[in-house]
Amino acid sequence: MQEKVQQKLKILADAAKFDVSCASSGNSRKNKGGIGNAVAAGICHSFTDDGRCISLFKILMTNNCIYDCAYCINRRTNDRPRATFTVQEIVDLTINFYRRNYIEGLFLSSGVIKNPDYTMERMMLVAKKLRLEERYFGYIHMKAIPGANQDLIQQAGKYADRLSVNIEIPTEFQLKKLAPEKNYQSVLQPMNQIKEGIQIYKEERKKYRRIPKFTPAGQSTQLIVGATPESDRQILQLSSSFYNQQQLKRVYYSGYLPVNEYDKRLPAMQSPPLVRENRLYQSDWLMRFYQFSADEILTEEHPFLDLDVDPKLAYALRNLHMFPVDINRADYPLILRVPGIGVQSAKMIVDARRFRRLTSYHLKKIGVVMKRAQYFITCNELAGRVLDWEPSRLKSHIVAESQMKKRKAGDTQLMLFPPQARITGQPKQLYF
Amino acid sequence: MAYIVYDGSFEGFLSVVFHCYQYKITPSDICKDANFQDILFADKETVATDEQRAARVWKAVQKKLHKRNKQLLFKAFLSEETDIELMLYRFIRRLLDSNFSIETDYGDTNVLQLKKLERKVMQEAARMLQFVRFQETKDGIFFAPIEPAYDVLPFVIRHFKNRFADQQWLIYDLKRDYGFFYDLKKAEEVVLSEKSFSTTDGKVDSNFLEEDEVAYQTLWKDYFNSINIKARKNLKLQRQHMPRRYWKFLPEKQ
Ligand code: SF4
Repeated sequence: MQEKVQQKLKILADAAKFDVSCASSGNSRKNKGGIGNAVAAGICHSFTDDGRCISLFKILMTNNCIYDCAYCINRRTNDRPRATFTVQEIVDLTINFYRRNYIEGLFLSSGVIKNPDYTMERMMLVAKKLRLEERYFGYIHMKAIPGANQDLIQQAGKYADRLSVNIEIPTEFQLKKLAPEKNYQSVLQPMNQIKEGIQIYKEERKKYRRIPKFTPAGQSTQLIVGATPESDRQILQLSSSFYNQQQLKRVYYSGYLPVNEYDKRLPAMQSPPLVRENRLYQSDWLMRFYQFSADEILTEEHPFLDLDVDPKLAYALRNLHMFPVDINRADYPLILRVPGIGVQSAKMIVDARRFRRLTSYHLKKIGVVMKRAQYFITCNELAGRVLDWEPSRLKSHIVAESQMKKRKAGDTQLMLFPPQARITGQPKQLYF
Repeated sequence: MAYIVYDGSFEGFLSVVFHCYQYKITPSDICKDANFQDILFADKETVATDEQRAARVWKAVQKKLHKRNKQLLFKAFLSEETDIELMLYRFIRRLLDSNFSIETDYGDTNVLQLKKLERKVMQEAARMLQFVRFQETKDGIFFAPIEPAYDVLPFVIRHFKNRFADQQWLIYDLKRDYGFFYDLKKAEEVVLSEKSFSTTDGKVDSNFLEEDEVAYQTLWKDYFNSINIKARKNLKLQRQHMPRRYWKFLPEKQ
């Protein structure tokens, strides 16, 4: 019995690992006399050898998929071990992992078995059992299967904290090419339904106090980067519309790993585009926490992200006329735009300058990366240096300087990535 | 020049502050009993812990602090940094002497340092939420050993009480030899005189483990290895997020 579960677990965890979204944040749910709760910040319980966070027990219900998407390792043409969990098996694993504090909750996804409805119903049953039979109040993130019956998605939304539909391929044309059995409509339809479900819940909430919640942590999606020729600008604009129009909570980016090399519709690649993926996450952060818009990050003339410098620095270099920023006077949003100043430092600056005029010594102590920031600020004694520089020279100067530091540190792996940037797929904080 | 010695507790330290105010002393050093070595100093003074006096200082300080900083001093104290007492003493003096709050005056080295120490201590507390691992025992108690760098166990009890409300658990600090036991109603501090677990890595004697315990540890380990993407291997990043010193308590790292 245990061996059977063990086999399935290995197969279905392996099959789930390319889905990057793991965040368990965004909702707090109280424990009402059973087991578990959700805390707003989310908690990482472990880190795999690739440095990524394990927060949720991320698993496929089955990898026995009837579809044949070109970019997916579980497509039906691939000859791989297949397995399918029963509802009870997933429930038992989740509860027992949870009780030992291994995980923050469950993230249930699945290939399509038999048909979308059959698949969705089984997934919904897992969540229902957890909530009603196990009295489990921890986090549940579930995939909505494109093409599944609306009622099933509606029910799933009652038990899950978050529902998501992966769009995977940024444009309709490319999606058709790579996943002929899917279409944009079948992806967008559940997305819109979830959005409406949340809106209806919010409206009703105003009238009646006690109505069942609907995906209180909102929805998210994932885009594969590098499998198709879309530009970063196209990708960011799509994300931006997801955030603004569909009110998504998170968009995840997954650097394409060449899993099906035989498929000639896909580009040949040596290694996944990790730097590009990282730059997209950084840009995403700029949109969500630094008050940047997609159009500010990339313009029509610059449709791709600069792989040498992070997008915040790139923005500053393109907009030197906005600098230098006076640390002792400028408003918070402007301070936040300075390369080398993160959210935490910016807040501390605004707090601290009420007591005294800040000097570069103070800034350094507070945690500002002066190596970067010095070119873009004035403070008490430090005159702005920005005017002396021509953008492209300033850029190569900063890049050269930061690479020198890395070389001194003797770390070759870091050469690819800026030291502050994390490539976990979901950076917690960026100090740029 | 006064060298003041106290018993090392937070109340003891607050009593020292009271003492200094009462006798208008400017201490040149405040030292934990255990750390004080030099007996040559003529004016070494030992201040006894007095709960009432400590409470008075605490109250006076509380009045001046913003509500999100109420615990700032205590948390920074837990860092056990050298000279933490003097840093705190200077802070309290300035706080009590001024008419406005000074806790966000990060241009002041002393304030900034306390803030950073507080952050360090709270990060250790956050790591407890991440890396505590329970083992289920035969009598239905979930047991977790810990060894935090600072004495942060009291800060995390509420979290575990809320989350694991329907299971009995015991979280035990091996280094400081005390823990909290939750009996489905309340969590209480306990000191175990007899231990059925290893005092080095906290592993429960296999005779006392619940039948499925080892199986679930194995399943978890399998999961941990299967979810990893080999092509993205980055051990340095892993260690950065999950430092080595926690590994001995993690079944997935055995
Ligand atoms: S439907 Fe999902 S699991 Fe099936 S082949 Fe397509 S991407 Fe893979």
